[in-house]
Amino acid sequence: MKRESMDGAIEERFLASLGMIAGIGATFVLLTIAACAAPSAGAQVTPQRLLDSAKEPQNWLMYSGDYAGRRFSTLEQINTSNAAMLVPKWVYQTMAGGKFETTSLVVDGILYGTGQDNRAFALDARSGRPIWQYQRALPADIRPCCGRVNRGMAILGDKVFLGTLDAHVIALDSKTGNVVWDVATVDYRGGYSITLAPLVIKNLVLIGVSGGEYGIRGFIDAYDAGTGERKWRFYTVPGPGEPGHETWEGDSWKIGGAPAWITGTYDPATNTTFWTTGNPSPSNRGEGRAGDNLYSNSLLALEPETGKLKWYFQFSKHDEHDYDATQVPVMVDQGDRHLILQANRNGFFYLIDRSNGKLMFANPFAKVTWSDSKDASGVPLGRKDASPTLKGNRVCPGAAGATNWMSPTYDPQTQLFYVTAREQCDVFSTAPQAYEAGHAYYGSAYFPNDDAEPFTGALRAIDPNTGKMKWEWKHPSPTWSGVLSTAGGLVFTGDAEGNFIALEAASGKALWHFQCGASVYSSPMSFAIDGKQYVAVAAGSALFTFALP
Amino acid sequence: MYMPRTNFRRSKFWPRRWRLRFLFGCAVAVGCAAATVALRAQDKNPFAGNAKDAKLGESQFRANCAFCHGLGARGGGRGPDLSRAQKRHGNSDADLFRTINEGVPGTAMPHNGATQQGVGMTEEEIWQVISYIRSVQVKAPAQPAGNAAHGKELFNGSAACSTCHMIQGKGGRLGPDLSTTASARSTDYLVESVRSPSRRLAQGISEAMKEFSQEYETVTVVTADGTKFMGVVLNEDHFTLQMMDTREQLHLFEKDKLRSLEKSRESLMPAHDQKTLSDKDLEDVIAYLLAVGAQ
Repeated sequence: MKRESMDGAIEERFLASLGMIAGIGATFVLLTIAACAAPSAGAQVTPQRLLDSAKEPQNWLMYSGDYAGRRFSTLEQINTSNAAMLVPKWVYQTMAGGKFETTSLVVDGILYGTGQDNRAFALDARSGRPIWQYQRALPADIRPCCGRVNRGMAILGDKVFLGTLDAHVIALDSKTGNVVWDVATVDYRGGYSITLAPLVIKNLVLIGVSGGEYGIRGFIDAYDAGTGERKWRFYTVPGPGEPGHETWEGDSWKIGGAPAWITGTYDPATNTTFWTTGNPSPSNRGEGRAGDNLYSNSLLALEPETGKLKWYFQFSKHDEHDYDATQVPVMVDQGDRHLILQANRNGFFYLIDRSNGKLMFANPFAKVTWSDSKDASGVPLGRKDASPTLKGNRVCPGAAGATNWMSPTYDPQTQLFYVTAREQCDVFSTAPQAYEAGHAYYGSAYFPNDDAEPFTGALRAIDPNTGKMKWEWKHPSPTWSGVLSTAGGLVFTGDAEGNFIALEAASGKALWHFQCGASVYSSPMSFAIDGKQYVAVAAGSALFTFALP
Repeated sequence: MYMPRTNFRRSKFWPRRWRLRFLFGCAVAVGCAAATVALRAQDKNPFAGNAKDAKLGESQFRANCAFCHGLGARGGGRGPDLSRAQKRHGNSDADLFRTINEGVPGTAMPHNGATQQGVGMTEEEIWQVISYIRSVQVKAPAQPAGNAAHGKELFNGSAACSTCHMIQGKGGRLGPDLSTTASARSTDYLVESVRSPSRRLAQGISEAMKEFSQEYETVTVVTADGTKFMGVVLNEDHFTLQMMDTREQLHLFEKDKLRSLEKSRESLMPAHDQKTLSDKDLEDVIAYLLAVGAQ
């Protein structure tokens, strides 16, 4: 019995502790509710605020501005009548080399951005003065394809989230920049990295991986925003026994690629998140991976809580031209039609019913030679003789695509879709290559073609009802800048020559430009503080903001 | 190493601070020697002469280098011909490794992994690329068949090349400086550039011998007051133009203030056919360029 009483005493103490914990917890909850109720600046970003982002146009709460991926700002202080007066307000220098691809977030006067080599920073969005700066200590042996870049963060509660070049997801304290949690998604030495901005849905941080040049097996993950615990993983290359596995020859699925390296979108009405995927590996050699190679170059409709696949649509089957479908899938509603718009790297503009993944139509928005036919449902099919050869085969679009990861925008006022286009054909050659973990695995090379006109670029305004071009603004050379549209009747974009440009959304007439001194490799955004509207864009190693004088 | 027969510790000849310096110097020298040994280990290609590695290197070359240097390393629009025995930035294994890994400052050759488009290479992969380059390299430096001295006369005289091209600080500014061109370009490339200078211009492939690449497009503008200028484009964007006219004057324009602006991919350089420059004379000019390039 002695023993029992001892146990009883322990139990008593344990219960007392529990009571204390419960008490503290209750107090915390009450405090949290109080904080949420207070309408002050610096209130935490709740899942509801993310859903209602349209109610706070002064803030830019996620990568594409809203869950629909439209990159449209309802701010209209800067408009067609005064855009010519825009002036730079402040510039923030990362002092880093390489491409600066971030789209910043702005929440209640604080701007959160990421820089090259996994830098992150929080700035006073009125002055550009840093509140905190962070840089990750990266392993020496990472070799991310295509630059040591990052496109931005996601925010929820008191944390901001980013993916890293060594394939981790980390949460930083939004007030201090301190690391709150740090989770490896996978061993980066297999050729994995993360460059996209995560997407927060409810209490989950959704993220995908890069590595289509290394023979990875792509996936999309969801992490608990509070703890970093992984809730689900969706492999973009199905394993044995899973539907779609039969679209891979032999063991090719193990190194099938299909990275998911651009931020998805979310439809709260149907609780569906839309993600896009990149090329099958090796990118330019189809030999050894016979089949459609699902779900490479696809649009995926997933249930956010589970990662369960609702439907998919594959843009380029059995791709051999590096035609990643990693362009933001933009949601647009027309009456009772609920659509997804995508101008794809393969040169076609697609209109898709987002309730079931059925194609409405696909029309070229740039020069296309890889496809010369469509199936019964209108899906463009590859030409048999467009495959890369040992000596080289000229195909349009070229390896950089008719567009790429730079964001398009949809303007509900003009009802036009604006996209950065590239007119360049390449000579695709193939070179048999053995797979070696973590080593580049293209199986190929490409060259500027020998006989064509010099390649060019353009900003194109597309009517989504027809896929036809309404107007274009020609760039002297192709740009890697995305596009922002605003309720002021403007679209903003940058060029490879360093100009940041405001155009009239209806006509494509340039109203203003500023020479940033280096190529723009980012998608612009807009925010407001104290009733003053700003437009921000990253160029060179600097983040520029502009406003009226 | 020469060591004076001196008792270090007690020598008055070597004051303490000198002794320390000497010891420090020795330590540095030993350290350097060790470092040199370590570096030396990397100076030689561990895969030299290995056909299998050369094949792997070819894959790497196609993915990382061929965009500028051409499929067979014979030079492309931007990059030099690497099948030549002589390489402008050094020909030893260590030189090639350094050039690939660190790039060439002041040119379009980036350091490894810096192209921002492709994937960087591991050290092993760089050595494999070097094995590949060695496998396609011609054995001996090309012996120019022509008469370089006569070529020089032509260059500065009747062929009038020096009107627009500079060599070692002498000549014109309108065309590319040719002091190092022949050390990087194949003879075929040089012949084509003289016989049909517009061909490469038409391809829109830029001259990458400078870090700031230039295409030498021909431009004709008429200003608001009706003055006409013809020359080459130095740079331009959507809104502005920077050009050099045929009298080597710089002009800087805002495009919307010009009455007209016409660009052409027809080079300002006249095409030299057999009548204006015989095969023999062209051979001599190229011999001169090769002689200069080798310096």
